[in-house]
Amino acid sequence: MREVHVDAIASAISEMCQSAGVALTDDMLQALEKAYRDEQSPLGRHAIRILLDNARLATATGVPYCQDCGVAIVFARVGQDCHVVGGALSEAINEGVRCGFAAGYMRASMLQSPLDRRNTGDNTPAVIHYDVVPGDRLELAITLKGGGSENMSRQAMLKPADGVEGVKRFVVETVANAGPNACPPLVPGIGLGGTFDKSTYLAKKAIMRPIGEFNPDPAIAELEKELLVLCNETGVGPQGLGGIVTCLWTPIEVYPCHVTALPVAVNIQCHANRRREVIL
Amino acid sequence: MSQTEHARSIRIPFESSQVIRDLRAGDALLLSGVMYTARDAAHQRMLQGLERGEELPIPVEREVIYYVGPTPPRPGQAIGSAGPTTAYRMDPYTPQFIEMGLGGAIGKGYRAAEVREAIRGRAFAYMAAIGGAGALLGRCIKEASVIAYEDLGTEAIRRLVIEDFPVIVINDTLGSDFYEVAQEPWRRTGGGG
Repeated sequence: MREVHVDAIASAISEMCQSAGVALTDDMLQALEKAYRDEQSPLGRHAIRILLDNARLATATGVPYCQDCGVAIVFARVGQDCHVVGGALSEAINEGVRCGFAAGYMRASMLQSPLDRRNTGDNTPAVIHYDVVPGDRLELAITLKGGGSENMSRQAMLKPADGVEGVKRFVVETVANAGPNACPPLVPGIGLGGTFDKSTYLAKKAIMRPIGEFNPDPAIAELEKELLVLCNETGVGPQGLGGIVTCLWTPIEVYPCHVTALPVAVNIQCHANRRREVIL
Repeated sequence: MSQTEHARSIRIPFESSQVIRDLRAGDALLLSGVMYTARDAAHQRMLQGLERGEELPIPVEREVIYYVGPTPPRPGQAIGSAGPTTAYRMDPYTPQFIEMGLGGAIGKGYRAAEVREAIRGRAFAYMAAIGGAGALLGRCIKEASVIAYEDLGTEAIRRLVIEDFPVIVINDTLGSDFYEVAQEPWRRTGGGG
């Protein structure tokens, strides 16, 4: 059985937090550059120009891209032949977040309790999703998820009779309602099927997918293309200032569901799409 | 719509009520002067203090509140990343501040109908800065000092000295909403499939 020490895990998480906080991924930068070329509204173009300048400045100066450095969302794929040694895996992940946020001069946004609202001071705990997979590796994917866009996310238990048209309507309405509140251009992650909870998990998983990568199921990929067009017909545009680029990508993740159900969840991701991944 | 190339320089606190009343939805402004930060927690605490008969920790007459929770500065910097937060969370508090003579607020996103109504006819402007452009906007902030509610951390009230801070007027005294005006020409669908 292969061993991975918790120190290696904490240090990988810390580095990913710091790097994601100041630099978008290449796929995201390319998507913004394409948006700048495609956008027809002058004000929308101006907004994207500012976002590109902001991205360059953040990377050059080490000042976070956005002041909301987000909740650290971690997807951990633990190989069933991988043995974590030296401590607890969840604690190692939280230690990484704690160190990374402090070292990167990043804002702590997590509260001890939703009701008494006292800040934990170090942006822990992370929200961690575990998956046990074959193999002896530990794959860690992280995203720093901003609150403004998270707040505009929605879930619906549609009726089977609502069908694909109902799904499309719900996604487009969610994007239109989110508008400037969620900092467009957006990447709405869409979870389709499963149960109430599974659909929202799928939606979060969808935003982890690189921009430009379609769902492997050709029918779902077609729906992704169609939804992108529909979302961009809302007129919201960059920053809600009007235009044809409201969304950069509309990734869908799918799971089987109950005969009575058609769950759909939309997890809105803003342009501060800050992902990293590592295999240990 | 090329407002941004014609941004007007404006001093804050606003020099007169008339300056505020002359602002129109869609105007691009470069603000310079002094403004104060406050988010949900600080708004709530200020109003609770007023109820107890305490004075507000900030002046409000013709002043501007910026809805922001900045990242900590690195050594030698005035402030870290400092873009706007979503404004609707302040909707429950804003009408009361407008009553007290506040001149403007900077955030991002839609305001509730009640806030837009509260603005109508008053010397108040709701302005948006580019959401998520925190590194860039932080550069326009030359000085930052915590003046109240230090225990709130990033949500404490800060006094900011700013230079050429770019905003767009969204809601003006006439009741116009620039998001509606700006999006309308590009809308091709009523909402889905």
